[in-house]
Amino acid sequence: MNDKLIIASKSYNSRLLVGTGKYKDFTETKAAVETSGAEIITIAIRRSNIGQNPNEPSLLEILPPSKYTLLPNTAGCYSAEDAVRTLRLARELLDGHSLVKLEVLGDPQSLYPNVIETIAAAKTLVAEGFQVMVYTSDDPIIARQLEDIGCVAIMPLASLIGSGMGILNPWNLQLIMERVQVPVIVDAGVGTASDAAIAMELGCDGVLMNTAIAGAQQPVLMASAMKQAVEAGRSAYLAGRMPKKLYSASPSSPTAGIINSTRS
Amino acid sequence: MKVINVSINGTTRQLPDSTGVAALIEEMGLTGKRIALERNGEIVPRSLFAAQQLADGDKLEVVVAVGGG
Repeated sequence: MNDKLIIASKSYNSRLLVGTGKYKDFTETKAAVETSGAEIITIAIRRSNIGQNPNEPSLLEILPPSKYTLLPNTAGCYSAEDAVRTLRLARELLDGHSLVKLEVLGDPQSLYPNVIETIAAAKTLVAEGFQVMVYTSDDPIIARQLEDIGCVAIMPLASLIGSGMGILNPWNLQLIMERVQVPVIVDAGVGTASDAAIAMELGCDGVLMNTAIAGAQQPVLMASAMKQAVEAGRSAYLAGRMPKKLYSASPSSPTAGIINSTRS
Repeated sequence: MKVINVSINGTTRQLPDSTGVAALIEEMGLTGKRIALERNGEIVPRSLFAAQQLADGDKLEVVVAVGGG
């Protein structure tokens, strides 16, 4: 079946995007990412440690840009200025790579997005030629504004980052999908496989997650579960589910040819 | 020997006057590694590391890619 996810004119087979944080070591990171089947993986940009052992392998040696589409993020940024600065450094680090994940956070307790700063950063980044996949609230009006600015994917939260609370407001996600043309990717809040399946059944174009996999007891097994859930949810969406009915007046088995009751 | 004070990732260090960016990167063990460098808020492309000399009061940020979500 030809059912590709297309972001900024590039097509992907996998609709699962994964983060690379919170794993116990690079071996586990690599195994989980490979098992997930994800083609787009997020990375963070941080100060190099002066005391770091320079001979230790780096993340990009484990997950090379030749094999994956790297999506540098702005996690930890609380202003448009910091987010833009971080992504300019990311572009230099990745030899001019322009696809990025913008997130500007509002406070450290909730990690809820600050949409005012997000919009400001998106305008600057789009003007500088970045292809911006943007983490945002599930506000359909803001989502539309971010599309109008030129973002290449809208990534609303399903619930708070790292919370694992699942899809708390499917109605708002649907309102967003009705209003924007670019891919809508649920980013944040997925806790287990059924959450990912629900997001895909709603018609989301993809799901981005990190903690749901890295925070599982067995991350690699959960990566496999998420891969299957995203695929199953997508297929169910394309298949078109049966309508929900409180009572069913149409049994699954034929009504003709039932043997006669001996009671009457 | 004259020294200059340079802030590297938030820590101030004293370096010999006329230390080059490339020499500092070498000393940090980062030569050939995937890094990006910002000097006083401006990106310094890797191709210019050899040509740039540090000045007293410079603020550098040297970043790498790490795991993140």
